[in-house]
Amino acid sequence: MEKNINRRKFLSIATSVTSAVGGIFAVGVFVSTFQPSKRAKALGASIKVNLSKLEPGSIIKVIYRGKPIWVLRRTEKMINELDNENSNLRDPESDLSIQPDFAKNKFRSKNPEYFVVEGVCTHLGCAPIEKFAIAPADMGPDWKGGFYCPCHGSKFDLSGRVYAGVPAPSNLRVPAHQFADEATLIVGENS
Amino acid sequence: MLIIYLVFALIPGLTFSAGSMDLDEYLEGMNVKTSDIRSLQRGARNFFNNCSGCHTLQYMRYNQIAEDLGITEDQLMQNLIFTENSPQDLVMNNMLREDGNRWFGKAPPDLTLVTRRKSPEYVYGFLNSFYEDNGSPTGVNNHVQEASSMPHVLWDIEERFSEQEYSQFLNDTVGFLVYAGEPIIEKRKSMGVWVIGFLLIFLILSYALYKDIWREVK
Amino acid sequence: MAKDTESIFKNPLLRWIDERFPLSSLIKDHATEYYASKNFNIWYLFGVLSMVVLVIMLLTGFFLTMNYKPSAEDAFNSVEYIMRSVENGWLIRYMHSTGASFFFIVIYLHMFRAMLYGSYKKPRELIWVLGMLLYFCLMAEAFFGYLLPWGNMSYWAGQVIVNLFGYIPFIGESLTEWIRGDYFISDITLNRFFAFHVIFLPLAILGLVAAHILALHHVGSNNPDGVEIKKYLDEAGKPVDGVAFHPFHTSKDLVGITVFLIIYFAAVFFAPEMGGYFLEVDNFEPADPLKTPEHIVPSWYFTPYYAILRAIPNAALGALFLVLAVLLFVFLPWLDKCEVKSIRYRGWQYKFALSLFAISFVALGYLGLQPATGIYVALARFFTITYFAFFLLMPFYTKLEKTKTVPERVVYKKKES
Repeated sequence: MEKNINRRKFLSIATSVTSAVGGIFAVGVFVSTFQPSKRAKALGASIKVNLSKLEPGSIIKVIYRGKPIWVLRRTEKMINELDNENSNLRDPESDLSIQPDFAKNKFRSKNPEYFVVEGVCTHLGCAPIEKFAIAPADMGPDWKGGFYCPCHGSKFDLSGRVYAGVPAPSNLRVPAHQFADEATLIVGENS
Repeated sequence: MLIIYLVFALIPGLTFSAGSMDLDEYLEGMNVKTSDIRSLQRGARNFFNNCSGCHTLQYMRYNQIAEDLGITEDQLMQNLIFTENSPQDLVMNNMLREDGNRWFGKAPPDLTLVTRRKSPEYVYGFLNSFYEDNGSPTGVNNHVQEASSMPHVLWDIEERFSEQEYSQFLNDTVGFLVYAGEPIIEKRKSMGVWVIGFLLIFLILSYALYKDIWREVK
Repeated sequence: MAKDTESIFKNPLLRWIDERFPLSSLIKDHATEYYASKNFNIWYLFGVLSMVVLVIMLLTGFFLTMNYKPSAEDAFNSVEYIMRSVENGWLIRYMHSTGASFFFIVIYLHMFRAMLYGSYKKPRELIWVLGMLLYFCLMAEAFFGYLLPWGNMSYWAGQVIVNLFGYIPFIGESLTEWIRGDYFISDITLNRFFAFHVIFLPLAILGLVAAHILALHHVGSNNPDGVEIKKYLDEAGKPVDGVAFHPFHTSKDLVGITVFLIIYFAAVFFAPEMGGYFLEVDNFEPADPLKTPEHIVPSWYFTPYYAILRAIPNAALGALFLVLAVLLFVFLPWLDKCEVKSIRYRGWQYKFALSLFAISFVALGYLGLQPATGIYVALARFFTITYFAFFLLMPFYTKLEKTKTVPERVVYKKKES
């Protein structure tokens, strides 16, 4: 009798465990179908941007993985302006914001001349507007040039760093990117 | 139950022999092996060198071909992609449908599913049965597809190669097209072995459990 | 007060549920204290197998719906997208297409069991009728589902079946237009067939399955000897020839399910097209209203009825006979006048008639796949006659049967271990 009960127990448990293993694999197959498909990965692949026609002071806008990416070719003046300290910024060292390691600096880029940033306000996702002019009427006398978000009034400098006292909590995000050569930017992967 | 399954197992054999045309005389040397990666690689090269100018593979991505056939991205760019396409793009070409219709009477069809729709034998037989025909606009005709508007693109290869080499060429190319029709073909068979194996183990366990539980039934 | 059913659980959470939901009584009534005969043979497996296939179809169908696009423009491409681009999408798709064919294999065998052992006879007529309603739903589900890949055979098979409704007098034309939602099978038709296939029919099927099983459990299962096991009870009130569904039939069914899954997955992984019977070759090109396939053939599980349709020289009458051929099944409980349930004890007349019917069904199935020419026409007509004769003459030949004595207890031979 004892042997029978043990055998029954063993067989029941063995069968249950094996079913469970099979079940987990089966569930795994179904769950894996949720992964981004090959088409999603293809459409989300890194994009190449041709910079040869980009003038200083101009901006190119592209879309990467559904988000607007801006490429700004800064002028000498913009670069110099950024070199100065700006005490009104919430996070001037970019400690809290998201950017590649090489972009953790005043210029938030490897090469101060080219600034690559996601055009998505870190407050609630609106697209900020370029306000590159110095001290225009609508931005006030202290405005050194940068980006202004029309939805709730957040302000960012020419490196996308957020000013203190505005709704947006952090600097604009800098995406992974690299320069294949002087005139070609690749958005989506670091070198 | 077993009988019923055996009947079903016979059906694929029955249906093939019941095809609507007798292709056998054009299938000399046919030996397509989708399990042979080297053959598929050659087939891919053959396709992109000779066919892709007119025929698209609209459901295939270059990078999938590279991944499945063990081709590096560099080899892909050098040997298989002759357009501005990137590896993640679909295998398209620059021929517009209207132009194809105008030039050939009927635009060259997409070939991704041709071996599933027509059978690998049909495609092999087709490529193997071109003959000279002065009455046709292309100068050739085809035994398997009468009045085909396709020129004999491979005539040069057929002439230069020996019969055996040409058969191998066709086997490789048709093999590649079978793969393109169903890229998962080899993986599904190997996965199947594991699944059936697992189920057989489970069968032994569940049978033992059933016998044990029913021991007490008189 | 709630019915006083002793909770079968020790676990406090489950006991909490038991006070608020009939969990214990459901488990007792339908599993641990539901008694079914101990002499079930392989024919008794197909009911639970059909539930297994139903679950597979619902799960795979659900996941397919996440990636399938029900528009004429995108449907075909979305199927190839699933096959190539979605992780393991190909496996989900093959399981669904193979499952559809296996569903019909299982159901035909399940129905045949009832015909072997008189499982449709009193008091189980309603189970049979509910089952027939399920069969109609399954056929509709398969028909609507078949249009969805929007392949060329999908399109033309859909065209032919919808046109059948045109043969109904007076309302035929408007009816077909109403079904299509358009003047021809179009994107509009596809979208609504999708809704039927994904929402309405699965829900109807689930409801009918619940009713079917409730009706069965209310009267108790039949068995290969056609003996009512409730006639002889032991001191505890349990049928002496019965064993509790759980764990006896559950453990036995588990073995049967495993064997089934081996066969099913062998098809999925090694022969998903099954020579063109599970996935028709014509469906590997998109729907083309200008290009009719060489042979428009419905899926293999419809071909017996298709053969009957073509056997009748008049198109409208053919359609009528097709409908009758399906409907006649419903009346079996009342056509069969023999008192004895199981074929084991029935007269030679029924054995002969049922064998001839089975042969006719399979023969008609084969003939439905062939072109309607030459000897095939004559054969189809012959087997149509035998098919209908099985039903229409049944009240007469079943009355003539000289039956064997039905045993009082079930025949159960224990195999020596």
